[in-house]
Amino acid sequence: MKKTYRLFPIILLACVLVFSFACEKIIPPAPAENSLLDGPMEGLTHAEQAQFLAGDIAFNEEVFTTQTGLGPLFVATSCGSCHIGDGKGHPFTTLTRFGQTLPNTAPDRSIGGPQLQHRALPGYEPEQVPAGVPSMQFNPPAVTGLGLLAALTDAQILAQADQANADNPGISGIPNYISPPPYFIPQNNHQAVDGKYIGRFGKKGAAIDLLQQTVGAYNQDMGITSTFEPVDVATGLITDPEVSDQTVKDIVFYLRTLKAPLPRKTDDAEVLQGKALFQTLRCSACHTPSWTTLQSDIAALSNKTFFPYTDLLLHDMGAELDDGATEGSAETYEWKTPALWGLGLSPNSQGGEYYLMHDGRARSIEEAILLHGGEAAQSKEAYQALSQADKDALIQFLESL
Amino acid sequence: MKKWLIGSVCFIFGVSASAQIDSSLLSRTPVDTSLRQSMNMDAVYNRPFLQSGKIPVTVGGYIEADYQYIGEDGVTDGHSFRIPRMTIFIASSLQRKIKFLTEIELEEGGKEIAIEFAALDLSLHPLLNVRGGVIMNPIGAFNQNHDGPKWEYVDRPIAMTQMLPATWSNVGFGLYGKQYVNDWALGYELYLTNGFDNSIISNSENRTFLPASKANKERFEESANGQPLLTTKVAIRHQKVGEIGLSYMGGVYNTFEKDGLVLDEKRRLGVFAVDANTSLPGISTYIVGEWAWVRVDVPDTYIQQFGDRQQGGFVDIVQPVFRRSLLGFDKAVLNISCRLEYVDWNVGTFRETGGNISDDLWAIVPGISFRPTAQSVFRLNYRYMQQQDILGNPPAVIGGVQMGVSSYF
Repeated sequence: MKKTYRLFPIILLACVLVFSFACEKIIPPAPAENSLLDGPMEGLTHAEQAQFLAGDIAFNEEVFTTQTGLGPLFVATSCGSCHIGDGKGHPFTTLTRFGQTLPNTAPDRSIGGPQLQHRALPGYEPEQVPAGVPSMQFNPPAVTGLGLLAALTDAQILAQADQANADNPGISGIPNYISPPPYFIPQNNHQAVDGKYIGRFGKKGAAIDLLQQTVGAYNQDMGITSTFEPVDVATGLITDPEVSDQTVKDIVFYLRTLKAPLPRKTDDAEVLQGKALFQTLRCSACHTPSWTTLQSDIAALSNKTFFPYTDLLLHDMGAELDDGATEGSAETYEWKTPALWGLGLSPNSQGGEYYLMHDGRARSIEEAILLHGGEAAQSKEAYQALSQADKDALIQFLESL
Repeated sequence: MKKWLIGSVCFIFGVSASAQIDSSLLSRTPVDTSLRQSMNMDAVYNRPFLQSGKIPVTVGGYIEADYQYIGEDGVTDGHSFRIPRMTIFIASSLQRKIKFLTEIELEEGGKEIAIEFAALDLSLHPLLNVRGGVIMNPIGAFNQNHDGPKWEYVDRPIAMTQMLPATWSNVGFGLYGKQYVNDWALGYELYLTNGFDNSIISNSENRTFLPASKANKERFEESANGQPLLTTKVAIRHQKVGEIGLSYMGGVYNTFEKDGLVLDEKRRLGVFAVDANTSLPGISTYIVGEWAWVRVDVPDTYIQQFGDRQQGGFVDIVQPVFRRSLLGFDKAVLNISCRLEYVDWNVGTFRETGGNISDDLWAIVPGISFRPTAQSVFRLNYRYMQQQDILGNPPAVIGGVQMGVSSYF
């Protein structure tokens, strides 16, 4: 017995050594790479990785408080509150936009807007949409792969447009032309039309680039001013910047270099069958499967073929999706084709459920398909005519994206 | 302030160090360091102290140091060594019925220095004692009974430190007392202190977070709102069974008025906690646990990220495997143990969907601890934890090994 106790320190030391060498096995395993939306794209330099990390922290960990400039009126307290895991958002942080009812007109700021700040710091009264004013709800989108979409040229996007309705009968994608904000600096991939540029980001395509999208969200979602958007939305007065230019740049870089969603089950027979049906039903006429970037200032974004399933253009989606409000040159019934990549991962960021379409009203992929009208009505009807097995295959394909 | 504290500590240790030249000058005050034989309310004085000769000042303290290798979803920051805290106690008896004790904590290698306790006790009757100064609010048991060497785990219970704000100290006054009847002991405590502030619903944690108020050091100089925080507790103990305590802490937390101007309506918080500990007869299995419920008045027009209800707690099960002479230690003990813990930082449903709000965590922490003496513990834990975000998305899985030592000195 005594001998056993003498061995005790040796046993203890052995345990420690075993733990030391086996520690790699102790850490919970990483989820499959294609099940995650977050993470940098491949090919970033060390310096770019460092800036990605700085942007990641600012986007996902920086929480604004009363002391750091939140509000006083706001929708959310951080970027990550709306885009958890960089994925699609939840109705908890849905945005309400109002003030413009006709295309190519300025939003009526006298009634508030263009975005509702329906939350307020204690002691303040939140905003309300004036009675009778049309508004539209925007469920937060996923933010992955945006750098690839931003790297496309306006010429590439215009090549997909079909205003004359020639290539695809019944389908006529058009760009949303946006008046640029004062801080907008056109890049090589932009081309002006009457002083306006193609909007690529947002449900209606109201933001030309990721800088506009970022500082607009800081300002209108969180009540955070910057040198780019210095006017406080609650008071209408210019205030000291509440977020630094460097942080804004880091977040823009982060958004540019977030990896694109990775597809899953690509060799599955049912998925391949669904992929063929996606073409047959002409879903791909608007949800353009693939694009290839040209040269970019970030090497990792250059000459990359990617698969977002969007044409970045506006389409008439029918009366059921006409909210009576709009942005830029879009009609109230026109919506920018949303990217479908990452669609199957949406429940992982939406609390285990689907909240699809621009306002999250569709609770399943099938429900989203059935809400398509206008230019997409024929495709919807073709879907409805499918056998149940074919419908299942199409859904499987969409979930694999 | 920081220099003064460091100077005081050096002075005390200087006195002790010179005294140690002749070890006969030092004596340990008799103490029962076993958590299992005293009431939680006694914890602040129930510590080993060193006394030098007949000087009516006693000194003590404890240190914790640990190593951890922890990762989340396959990503780890590698091996890490920490010194979470070193704590110094100084106590003195000014007179038979007046005593003073202070507890000064140096956290993370001195990055933060805090007076966790500094109170004068006036004893009028066993059932009527007056305490004033910096006190530890008696909410639950852990807040008062938190010394590292008393626990078998490297980390403190998450519910008690990240939902309740242990260690939570404030300036205030109050009464306490105790009555013994045969094997029974009944104790009570009642204090009015400074309290919380607006930061509990405006902080970088992005959740209702009571510990955020700990960063407000001004609470030691003035109240954030002029409203006292009430903390009260009753506890009953049977020497052969164990102890159970019920406690409440509540009051207005926000700065509703400043310079005579009304800024907001008065908003209250309330915390109710139950704690218990017992030893199973025969097998000496020791079980200690605590559960708390938090309710905070959060404006409806604010964001639900900051919940109005929280709940959580932990239970530790400690099984001595052997107690005997080992390696030159007369009363060495080897324990195996397991901690279960849970916190829900946001109890409720979304207004927009009616779905459940998550923002919760559970953990299981098996461990082995070796106590060469009752005052020192070497511990090895494995932590497995799952944490969900506010929407209830797939949880982050956290796991890893923690090893550490904690000892009174």
